[in-house]
Amino acid sequence: MDQLINDFSPGLFIMQALIFLVLLFILAKFAWKPIIQSLKIREESIQDALDAAERAKQEMERLKSDNERLLDEARQEREQILKDARQVANSLKEEASLDAEKQAKRILEDARLAIKNEKQAALTEVKNQVAKLSLQITEKLLRRELADEKAQKELIEDFVKDTKLN
Amino acid sequence: MYNLIGAGLIVIGGGIGLGQIGGKAMESIARQPEAAGKIQTAMIIIGALLEGLGFGALILGA
Amino acid sequence: MIKKNTAFFTLLVVLFASSLAFGSNDEEAGHSTGGAVDTKEEINEYIHHHLKDSHDFTLFSLGESGTHIGFPLPVILVDDGLHVFMSSKFHHGTAVAESNGNYYAVHHGKIYKTDAEGHIEYDEHHHPTNATPLDLSITKNVVGMIFAGILLLFMFGSLAKSYKKGPIPTGVGRFLEPLVLYVRDEMARPNIGEKHYQKFMPYLLTAFFYIWLLNLMGMTPLGFNVTGNIAVTVCLALFTFFIVQFSGNKDYWKHIFWMPGVPVPMKIILMPIEIIGMFTKPFALLIRLFANMTAGHFVVMSLIALSITMKAAFGPAAALGMSFFLALFISIIEILVAFLQAYIFTMLSALFIGMAVEEHH
Repeated sequence: MDQLINDFSPGLFIMQALIFLVLLFILAKFAWKPIIQSLKIREESIQDALDAAERAKQEMERLKSDNERLLDEARQEREQILKDARQVANSLKEEASLDAEKQAKRILEDARLAIKNEKQAALTEVKNQVAKLSLQITEKLLRRELADEKAQKELIEDFVKDTKLN
Repeated sequence: MYNLIGAGLIVIGGGIGLGQIGGKAMESIARQPEAAGKIQTAMIIIGALLEGLGFGALILGA
Repeated sequence: MIKKNTAFFTLLVVLFASSLAFGSNDEEAGHSTGGAVDTKEEINEYIHHHLKDSHDFTLFSLGESGTHIGFPLPVILVDDGLHVFMSSKFHHGTAVAESNGNYYAVHHGKIYKTDAEGHIEYDEHHHPTNATPLDLSITKNVVGMIFAGILLLFMFGSLAKSYKKGPIPTGVGRFLEPLVLYVRDEMARPNIGEKHYQKFMPYLLTAFFYIWLLNLMGMTPLGFNVTGNIAVTVCLALFTFFIVQFSGNKDYWKHIFWMPGVPVPMKIILMPIEIIGMFTKPFALLIRLFANMTAGHFVVMSLIALSITMKAAFGPAAALGMSFFLALFISIIEILVAFLQAYIFTMLSALFIGMAVEEHH
């Protein structure tokens, strides 16, 4: 211990204190301050960038889920529309077929009626024609048969023969 | 002469202490390898305190 | 003659080996003889001389002729006025220097006021009793500090400048930036706390890099032993001490003088313990740094000296090889210690500051 105290040099102590203090102040002003400041700024910028990336990621996530939701909605809507369309089509088809059936029946009915009427008319016509023809024939026959006397006499005779006088 | 005996005693004591610190630190690192960094720092600090003690005694005796 | 030559050759090889071994510290040969270092006593003397500060910058000495390769440094003494002269006046401790009518001599790296013949009186502990002037010389350690300071200014100035060009530093800054971040994130932040740490960053950064750089400079063959000098570590520890005391809040002082949460008799017992603790913390800091660096230099130099002391037993080649590998091994450990001590000093400073500014609930 006393050896150490003997070795202790006050002059060196003073020089060391002076040099260290000067060094401390110069370094603090020209080196440590800008270095620490720059490190801090850099770290903050890195932190900011990380935060921004995190935010962007969250935004992405949100957008993605939004998209998903929209897509889902669209899909549902499409399904709904398709279902509706199918329903409408079905009902249309049904209506159409019903209509067609009704129409067909009516047409058939009309046709039948018309046919019946025509037939009636035709029959009436035919009867009239037949009657007319019969009259004409009868007239012509009568005219020929009764043209000479002999024939008239014969006919009368026939009549008389047939007609037995009671 | 007495100085040297004293120095020997200091070295014995310091050696036991350092051994304890190092041994226990190794055990804890083996138990929890993930805390190795923290244990090492603490070990070095305690070791340095012990060293200061030993050197202090050596210097005072010399 | 032949023996002297061999000794000189060995010393050269040792110096060379020491430079190769990252390190260690070769310096002037035993100044009292000015010759080669051969015996155990001379080696001891040499090592002790190296561990101390010196007034000239000697790279190595030539054994035979006793010439020293290096350069003198200015000596500044405050002793009834200012005395400024070059250390070459001492002739490496062998001559008495005269300045403005006062006579000074160097003994074990320290300047004493003497008479014209350079007599030094000793007390019973073999300590000189001569008066010592206030020695503000630019000694080897001061040169080391200034060199380290300029290096730090250059390195971190360039780092600070490189931020102006862009957010990522270029060049040497790429290596320095993680270290700054390390001090901030591993030492200051966890120990001092998010709220207060920024105020203490300049001191912690300066102390960390200053100590580390000086520790590493001690590993070079230039032979600085700045952080292994008690005056330097006392100064550094005092800085920490004052910063802790001046930044201590109400809770800190309350914990020292009137520990809350314990019965009154315990409070009275704890008070002196806490007050002593206030001083032992920085004391342990200064002793730790000093003793580690001194011991490191001592061990490396002793191992290098093995090549001389073991020569008789094993022969020159085996002794040299053994000393080379042992010194290499210890030097590698010393590089680790250089960092570790800077780390511990800064870490504990941060811890003590953290205890002083901590807010209790």
